Amino acid sequence: MELSTFMIMRNELTLIAVVLVLLIAEIFSTKKSQGALLNFATLLFAIYAAIGFLPGSEGEIFGGMYRSTPLIMVMKNVLNVGVLVVLLQSQGWLRKPENENRALEFFLLTFSTLLGMDYMISSGDFLMFYLGLELATLPIAALAAYDVYRLKSTEAGIKFVLLAALSSGILLYGISLIYGTTGSLYYDEVLGNLHMNVLQIVATVFFISGVAFKISLVPFHLWTADVYEGSPTNVAAYLSVVSKGASVFVLVTLLFTVFKEMVLAWQPVIYVLAILTMTIGNLFALRQQNLQRFLAFSSIAQAGFILLGMISGTQYGMATVIYFVLVYVFSNLGAFGVVAMVKNATGKINIDDYDGFYQTNPRLSLVMMLALFSLAGIPPVAGFFGKFFLFAAAAGEGHYWLVLIAVLNTIISLYYYLLVVKAMFINRSENPIQAIKGDGLARIGLVISVLGILLIGFYSPVFDWVQAVSFGL
Amino acid sequence: MDRLSLLIWVPAITMIAMTLVDKSKVKWVSAIGAGVQLIQSVFLLFAFFGLRNGGDTSEMLFVKDITWYKSLNIHYTVGIDGVSMSLILLTSVVVFAGVFASWEMKDRVKEFFITLFMLATGVFGFFISTDLFTMFLFYELAVIPMYLLIGIWGTGPKEYSAMKLTLMLMGASAFLLVGILGIYFNSSPDGGPLTFNFVEISKITIPESAQMFFFPLTFVGFGVLAALYPFHTWSPDGHASAPTAVSMLHAGVLMKLGGYGALRIAVMLMPAAAHYYAPVFIILATIGAVYGALGAIWQKDLKYINAYSSVSHLGFIIFAVLMFNQVAFEGAVLQMISHGFITALFFALIGMIYSRTHTRNINEMGGLMKVMPVLGVGYFIAGFASLGLPGFSAFVAEMTIFVGAFQNNDVFVRTATILVVSSIVITAVYVLRAAGTMLYGPIKNKEFEGLSDARWYDKVAVFVLIAVIAGMGMFPNWLAGMIYDGLGPMFERFVMN
Repeated sequence: MELSTFMIMRNELTLIAVVLVLLIAEIFSTKKSQGALLNFATLLFAIYAAIGFLPGSEGEIFGGMYRSTPLIMVMKNVLNVGVLVVLLQSQGWLRKPENENRALEFFLLTFSTLLGMDYMISSGDFLMFYLGLELATLPIAALAAYDVYRLKSTEAGIKFVLLAALSSGILLYGISLIYGTTGSLYYDEVLGNLHMNVLQIVATVFFISGVAFKISLVPFHLWTADVYEGSPTNVAAYLSVVSKGASVFVLVTLLFTVFKEMVLAWQPVIYVLAILTMTIGNLFALRQQNLQRFLAFSSIAQAGFILLGMISGTQYGMATVIYFVLVYVFSNLGAFGVVAMVKNATGKINIDDYDGFYQTNPRLSLVMMLALFSLAGIPPVAGFFGKFFLFAAAAGEGHYWLVLIAVLNTIISLYYYLLVVKAMFINRSENPIQAIKGDGLARIGLVISVLGILLIGFYSPVFDWVQAVSFGL
Repeated sequence: MDRLSLLIWVPAITMIAMTLVDKSKVKWVSAIGAGVQLIQSVFLLFAFFGLRNGGDTSEMLFVKDITWYKSLNIHYTVGIDGVSMSLILLTSVVVFAGVFASWEMKDRVKEFFITLFMLATGVFGFFISTDLFTMFLFYELAVIPMYLLIGIWGTGPKEYSAMKLTLMLMGASAFLLVGILGIYFNSSPDGGPLTFNFVEISKITIPESAQMFFFPLTFVGFGVLAALYPFHTWSPDGHASAPTAVSMLHAGVLMKLGGYGALRIAVMLMPAAAHYYAPVFIILATIGAVYGALGAIWQKDLKYINAYSSVSHLGFIIFAVLMFNQVAFEGAVLQMISHGFITALFFALIGMIYSRTHTRNINEMGGLMKVMPVLGVGYFIAGFASLGLPGFSAFVAEMTIFVGAFQNNDVFVRTATILVVSSIVITAVYVLRAAGTMLYGPIKNKEFEGLSDARWYDKVAVFVLIAVIAGMGMFPNWLAGMIYDGLGPMFERFVMN
């Protein structure tokens, strides 16, 4: 093997190098240098994320177990940007006294999960896929339980690990059925041997169910609200954006490549899941008071909209899915960023607490409003374009009723997003949340989110770029 | 920068300028912005006539086309014909008057004017777009600021009204979205590239089966905004709770988006389905026109009276749109303009009176003519115009509508026409009763004796609006000619399809 062969895996190798450097750096760090270490870690990751945008080499190694294409690079870059914003937003929280001496663990665990996701997306066979998936999942349980002194956080960690184990069991069963009926784990060979027989249909459904747990599609969403609520806010942000995004990416690529002969089997499944996920996610979000729970249900509903792009099975459909995830990364991180900032400064997390937020924190309220409008799909922010394109993808294949249900769902979602806007702008309060001056890095994180929300929609080359690398059934 | 995009940029730049200046100067900045916009529209009008007189017969003038999203063939395309030109004039006059009507705004002034101009940006963008995607984008951009405008600066049950209005209008836009996607994916039956450009689409015939499914969605989507019965319920609550300038803009301009869209998109692009579904919607429009007028009789609150009256007059527009002949279409557009000015004048006066008396209940008022003669006379003029007195704009518009409607000589349409005409009589009842109770008789409240009359900024708003109403009533020809210029080619294709 030559060096150039390894360059195909450049992304993962660099990330491993970052992790190792950080591990060594931690040995030499003292209590005083903790803050500097965190800055160093963030800087290293920013450099790593920037390297990802360099033109990469394509190809496959390890006999086709690992592969890299322009599409895969785009997906990894989207995730990297998401992680970078999460890291920036977590700084304030990580520097609190309670996290002394263990702040770097957050970085190491996050990077490990990201590594797992990268391998999962790059996988060329089901074994690699499964290994990546597990590497992506297990550290998240530790992250969810990061606030060990809080009972809820521990509970969240345990809930996550148990349900993740269950889902990966189902997934594994699906994979074993595929292996049993096709005699191979390699995507290319599986692809030629799928012929819609009963066992293979069961396998497809099991596979979708396993991944659906990660994306928290209804009815596999039951862990979501509790885990998001219990986890530290920044971890919840990571879960809702990066972890979900990676699973969406992998689902869309596998459905469009490996399972493309099974399209008649999975299309109805996705159809039903889309309706259930949108509707139930939205209906449960209506009554939430706790913002982390609220955003959990909102993120479930958003996942339902994403399925509309998948159902089309076209190149355009795939592009809309990836584009929407990109938009969603910025929108959701904008909202989570404000919530995290407020929670870290005051410990307040309920919608009621945000009464009169505009009086004291006009800028943060504007960021929050933009993010929520983007999630709701209101022009001129990016979410509008993302949703419109998803709906157009489904409508293009004639699923007008599904689109109608989806648009009506956006109206329900608009109602609860407006409730938060109402609390911030319309309600007056005797003692609103005091003026918050977040740390510089967190503010940079918010600025990146806002720029993303404002610019991605208007700047159409982003979509063209995504579409150029996408493909259809 | 092309000429039409300036109509979006001027309000947008005004918004940015307002964020930069001191709070006390915000209203001056917005007045300048609105003034520049008004002057710009007038110049645009002259340029429009200049081109037409110079022999330019292309359907849309000042066209500018920029490809935006290649994959869906989405363009940023702007262009105007006589119909959109007249609505642009309407909008700039109402925005200008609205700024002066909210001169006394004290609470969060900066935010108020910025949000107001955002609404205006959306409306201007809607009227100049010839691409369905950008049109839809501007539609939603115009609706969503309403939530904040009513919720923050409104009166009464403002939170409820704001939420109801926003959800109903956005719900309408949900139907509209499906309708637009349906039109788009059927915009090229012979397999060429699909397009969102409605001028292009109007040249082809959308397959009839598709029309049957998408026409109701599109028509209802626009109809809700035009207070189509039974989806009008957001309108009285919303208008009553909204601050003055917002009521003016909303009843005066925003509701016209609905009428314009119903005519230009729903009916013109899908004529076969329009004919098929017409009886249902004619019945709804008739109910709306009569019910709105009857509803206004029972109201005591000035704003509710005017809001119900808007439901009634918007019913005329929907009704005229469904008459399918050129005279009625012409009447529909004239009514959009006329009602826009009159209702804006009404709401402006109501706001001014309310800011002095602190009540809008007509039974608590009386003899106001003695203390505020200017506002009183203004109210009477608005009332006379509203009930269709010759010499004012509504007479021209309503006359045209009914002349057009009577050209359909089947019993059903004739009956409906007679019912709609009868609502004009009811209009006279509630307008005169409200004006009489409020303005004449003894002064019921001693505190009212010391109230002031209109100040200079009130007069600017009122006189500008009265001038255009009377001007349009006495010299309707140039406006009618301009509208005819836009409707002509549209109607030719409508008949052919």
